Amino acid sequence: MKNIIAIVLICMCNITFMHAQKYLTRTGSISFFSEAPLENIEAYNNQVSGVVDLETGGMAFTLLMKAFTFEKALMQEHFNEKYVESQKYPKATFKGNIKDFDSFQLGSEPVVIAVTGKLTMHGVTKELSVPATLMKDINGNIEGKSVFNIDIQEYDIKVPSAVRKNIADNIEIKVNMVYEKM
Amino acid sequence: MKKCKTLLTVGALFVLVSFSTFAQEDLLDLLNAQENPVTTYTIASFKGTRLVSGHSVETNAEGVLNFMIGHRFGAINSGWRDLYGLDNATVRLGFDYGLTDQINIGIGRTSFQKTIDGTFKWKFLRQQTGLKNFPLTATAVGTVYFNSSEWSNPDRDNLFSSRIAYHYSLLLARKFGEAVSLQLMPTVVHRNLVPTKEDMNSVVSIGAGTSIKVTNSLRFNAEYYFIPEGQISSDIGGLKVKNSLSIGVDLETGGHVFQLHLTNSRGMTEKYLIGENTGSWGNGDIHFGFNVSRVFTLKKPKEFRKKNL
Repeated sequence: MKNIIAIVLICMCNITFMHAQKYLTRTGSISFFSEAPLENIEAYNNQVSGVVDLETGGMAFTLLMKAFTFEKALMQEHFNEKYVESQKYPKATFKGNIKDFDSFQLGSEPVVIAVTGKLTMHGVTKELSVPATLMKDINGNIEGKSVFNIDIQEYDIKVPSAVRKNIADNIEIKVNMVYEKM
Repeated sequence: MKKCKTLLTVGALFVLVSFSTFAQEDLLDLLNAQENPVTTYTIASFKGTRLVSGHSVETNAEGVLNFMIGHRFGAINSGWRDLYGLDNATVRLGFDYGLTDQINIGIGRTSFQKTIDGTFKWKFLRQQTGLKNFPLTATAVGTVYFNSSEWSNPDRDNLFSSRIAYHYSLLLARKFGEAVSLQLMPTVVHRNLVPTKEDMNSVVSIGAGTSIKVTNSLRFNAEYYFIPEGQISSDIGGLKVKNSLSIGVDLETGGHVFQLHLTNSRGMTEKYLIGENTGSWGNGDIHFGFNVSRVFTLKKPKEFRKKNL
């Protein structure tokens, strides 16, 4: 009987421990940059939710498309109304894992990792593998950074010919997250 | 007893394993559970701050200056000598500026009657879903008009106040789905000076309008102002005052919006649309016209004010 209690206790400890290995943020930043012959467009979203699980190596992100701020209000309206159709597809999400998590060792210096998973945007889900760095900062928070490119046509985002010189097909995305322990 | 223990151990392990799978599988659910509900405001009910000639509920965003050029040619039925109206155009040049996302001020000048107008526009309710639901967007518009043309009768005692007129509109709009927006615009136009005692100084009108999205950069618009009988008795140039009806399309290319219309009204302000329009669709008093608007961002959003963020 004692054994059983012990096992149950261990299990519970395990669960609590696992829970404690999750780091979360709701104020992460994702920005994107489009470089085209006629104009450069950039936008910032500082309300990105993200979680990283240091027990399993799992990662997830979610953001509202409408929370991207543009330099020009009209660009923001066009982005939401015509390109990403945020009324229909309000969110973009990513769910994935740290590649080769078994050999991953978190330190106070940025560690280069690869993250693979699925990015869902504009109703389209695509496999994605991107480089990133993770580190533990002096406050005990986890800092994650990544820069990668995506092709907007893969996500079924159509650019009319009239503005083809204003909007790039290939968009650079920068991710900057500071996760706090849950 | 031993068997029982083993069984329990296995059971406990099973729970543990399944929990850990659960924890891995549903990080997204975890994020969604953490989420606070947000309010989603309806955007782009109309493409421009004007439906055709009258105001729409839309306002310019904070720090955005909108330069508008409005043009109405003469009536199509004016014949070949006037190239079917192209010889006679009235022009309005205007600037609207967003003090905030919902409060705009504007100034404009129309060549017809050399009228200068100053506008205050406040979008005080927004159609929204999510945390709070509200079915309509409501905007109040007030305009002062100053007629700067020479007195038609300089010999009599002309008062400065006679040059002034006002209009007040309450604009109520709803966007149904992604493509169709409807707007109602109860409006009062107050003229300080009217031709006869039988003419009301304040003319009440109800307007209705719609905008229908055809493609991402093309919309169809219509606008109608109805003036109930008995408010205006004087003719203008021998013609009865008519209700104003306009149809048009919006063409959007990047930073410009081109609005092309056919209308029985030559004016581009509510004061003209309600009480000064004598054109009749039936008689062929149809004017081709356009608005071109170009926006300039004078004040950038805070994310863009510091460099190299």
